[in-house]
Amino acid sequence: MRKIGDTRDYRDVVLTAPVTVPYVRYSIRNAHWFVARALLRLLKESGLEKSDIDGLSVGSFMLAPDTAIGLTQHLGVTVRWLDHIPLGGACGIVALRRALRAVQAGDAEVVACIGADTNHVDSFRQSLGSFSVFARDAVFPYGSGGPNASFALLTSYYMRMYGATREDFGKICVAQRDNALGYPHAMFKKKLTLKEYLNARPIADPIRLFDCVMPCAGAEAFLVMTRQRAEALGLPYARVRSTCERHNAFPEDPIQTRGGWVLDREHLYGAAGVEPSDIDFVETYDDYPVMSVIQIEDLGFCEKGAGPEFIRRHTFTTDGSFPVNTSGGQLSGGQAGCAAGFLGLVESIRQLTDRNLARGVPGARLGLAVGFGMITYDRGLCSGAAILGRADA
Amino acid sequence: MIAPLRRPKRKNPILRTRLPLLPPWARSRAALGLTAAAALGRFELQVCAHCGAVQYPPREACHRCLSDELKWREQSGSGELISTTTIHHSHDLFFRERVPWRLGLVRLDAGPTVVAHLHAGCAPAPCRVRVDARLDKSGQGVLLAFPIDEVPNMADDLELREMTCDPKFRKVLVTDGKTAVGQAVVRALIAAGADLVWVGYAEPWKRFPGFEQIEALPQVSLLPLDLTDSRSVKQIAAEIGGRVDILINTAEVHRAHGIASRGGVDVARAEMDVNYFGLLRLAQEFGPAMRSRGADGQSSATAWVNLLSIYALSNYPPHGTFSASKAAALSLSQCLRAEMRAGGVRVINAFPGPIDDEWNQMLPPPKLGPDALAKALVKALRDGVEDVYPGDVAQEWFARWQENPKILEREVST
Repeated sequence: MRKIGDTRDYRDVVLTAPVTVPYVRYSIRNAHWFVARALLRLLKESGLEKSDIDGLSVGSFMLAPDTAIGLTQHLGVTVRWLDHIPLGGACGIVALRRALRAVQAGDAEVVACIGADTNHVDSFRQSLGSFSVFARDAVFPYGSGGPNASFALLTSYYMRMYGATREDFGKICVAQRDNALGYPHAMFKKKLTLKEYLNARPIADPIRLFDCVMPCAGAEAFLVMTRQRAEALGLPYARVRSTCERHNAFPEDPIQTRGGWVLDREHLYGAAGVEPSDIDFVETYDDYPVMSVIQIEDLGFCEKGAGPEFIRRHTFTTDGSFPVNTSGGQLSGGQAGCAAGFLGLVESIRQLTDRNLARGVPGARLGLAVGFGMITYDRGLCSGAAILGRADA
Repeated sequence: MIAPLRRPKRKNPILRTRLPLLPPWARSRAALGLTAAAALGRFELQVCAHCGAVQYPPREACHRCLSDELKWREQSGSGELISTTTIHHSHDLFFRERVPWRLGLVRLDAGPTVVAHLHAGCAPAPCRVRVDARLDKSGQGVLLAFPIDEVPNMADDLELREMTCDPKFRKVLVTDGKTAVGQAVVRALIAAGADLVWVGYAEPWKRFPGFEQIEALPQVSLLPLDLTDSRSVKQIAAEIGGRVDILINTAEVHRAHGIASRGGVDVARAEMDVNYFGLLRLAQEFGPAMRSRGADGQSSATAWVNLLSIYALSNYPPHGTFSASKAAALSLSQCLRAEMRAGGVRVINAFPGPIDDEWNQMLPPPKLGPDALAKALVKALRDGVEDVYPGDVAQEWFARWQENPKILEREVST
């Protein structure tokens, strides 16, 4: 793989106005409603007018037959830069990367990045069969376990290869639930014990109920603008130290045990001028706990296969030795479709601008948000990450 | 260990019959190549004619070199089972009724990793397995991983049985027991463990060769059945239609004529009356009941077998009107297949070459013996295929027809 050349840094563009449209299990509203609520919250949070927004980036699965262009007329916004990113768990990182460059290049001044989806009573089941051509042809006819079955196969393989136990995964899930109890928008409000985790209803061996996210409706959003603009508006902001994005990495691997981060981490840390040990908290893309472990390995916090030992050595609560998913992540917060791809970014911006809704990580200056998504057949195809820092970090 | 199939208890007629459901049916056009091969009992994958890459899932272009010259080629299916799961929860109604359901990821020696149903005889991962293609209840091709070595009660695996039409412990109607083929089919079904075989015979006032031997079989129940008589078909369907698990239509009229060799339409009409309208009468009377029993317990309705002819593919002029009646039956069987799919009942078409009987007296060997044909039908049921071409002549015709039907037409008309 060719080495990634130097990329322009992001010092003149920033992230601000992290907002969440609180999640609900089911909604009778369409995805458009959640985008509208998110946009309104962005305006309130920033003090901007709708006419000040000249760039719009939307991540959503449930807008069909609309895409982002339909939203411009639906919501009455006139923009000169528009993006639609249906990349699930990677859409936040990808939206961020594109918006940063658009603002840097002057193609837009203020980009609203919104991840939003709705969830009707039957929409998750319906989405399984139409998720991708490969899923419809080669996964859906095999039991229709959806991503549960696919990740069960990956989890089972990882456990066998690297000696991970259910208790290891449980430790992460229990810690995330603890974090979620401090976050008002989390769907799960009750403490989770390791025993409850281990004895939960089996879904697809070795996965049980609390290894799975709860599909729900909601939205996450933030604004991308120049640093001068943010400062002029008096908005607290987070800086972006570096980012990466990779699609369909390692296609020859017989089964997924790593993602594109392995190809990009050198660039990611090099461009940010930091080491993994400098990171104060990590927002993994935790659609299943095994993915959190794979991300921790691939992003250089431990060697491949050392994840189980890493879990046993660390604690993952906001006050722990390795804070992970400080608002509870998707596992305890819920998975609101494409909003899940924004969850870690929005939480990171909050942590780094002292706008916490969840418990703050003491002294946090650098955070890592990870994106992962689109298991169109047997593996997740998209991977991305961003290192964010405080305004002065 | 796979538990051997047991003879099912008598059905309680008060209890509701479970309605048939189908596994997810939708496929892309590219993916239907897997179905087309599985319908013939073959496991084929796309192979790039340009660079040789084997790929799965099926695509519109080679994932390596982007060539669109993708040929479906038979695969050995050997590979390593690298991971397994057992699904306890499904969003799909068909599987919801069938969990726990075991799945595996197999790295084929040919290259791709495939998601496959998993035969219970497969050891825990990692182990060597053999992947094969089967038609599922919806009639679409799926992959199933088998153990390398035969295990006891191999055919009784629950996942495999959703894809096959094994006659074991099933009730079968053979529509015509007067012919040597019909009687061979009856004997083969009994040897395969069929519980009960109803055997139809037209013109019950006439004794036919082999009557005593067939009547003496304890599993056999003889029924007067005349496919040219709508009332006869209706009456028998009213008596047994709700219990028939497999219907094998062996009735046919076969005369060796073209157009010029015989005047009038009487013979051609007699052929059509049995070979085409007979099938239509059966389908109208037996089809709906069978379709509604596609998930009726272990011995559900499962298959409908048509005895067609290789001449259904391309007219054989010396047997020209017979060929036409079989072509008509083939066309009708495709309609029947589409309608029976809703119940998960497979329509199997057999396209034998010339059978070694009096009507093929003038044809040179090789000719297909009744026992060989009967064996091929039972194998088709056990394998769950859709189309079977028994015998060397049928195989050769089929290969020629697949390569170029126009050339075959010229070849057989000289």
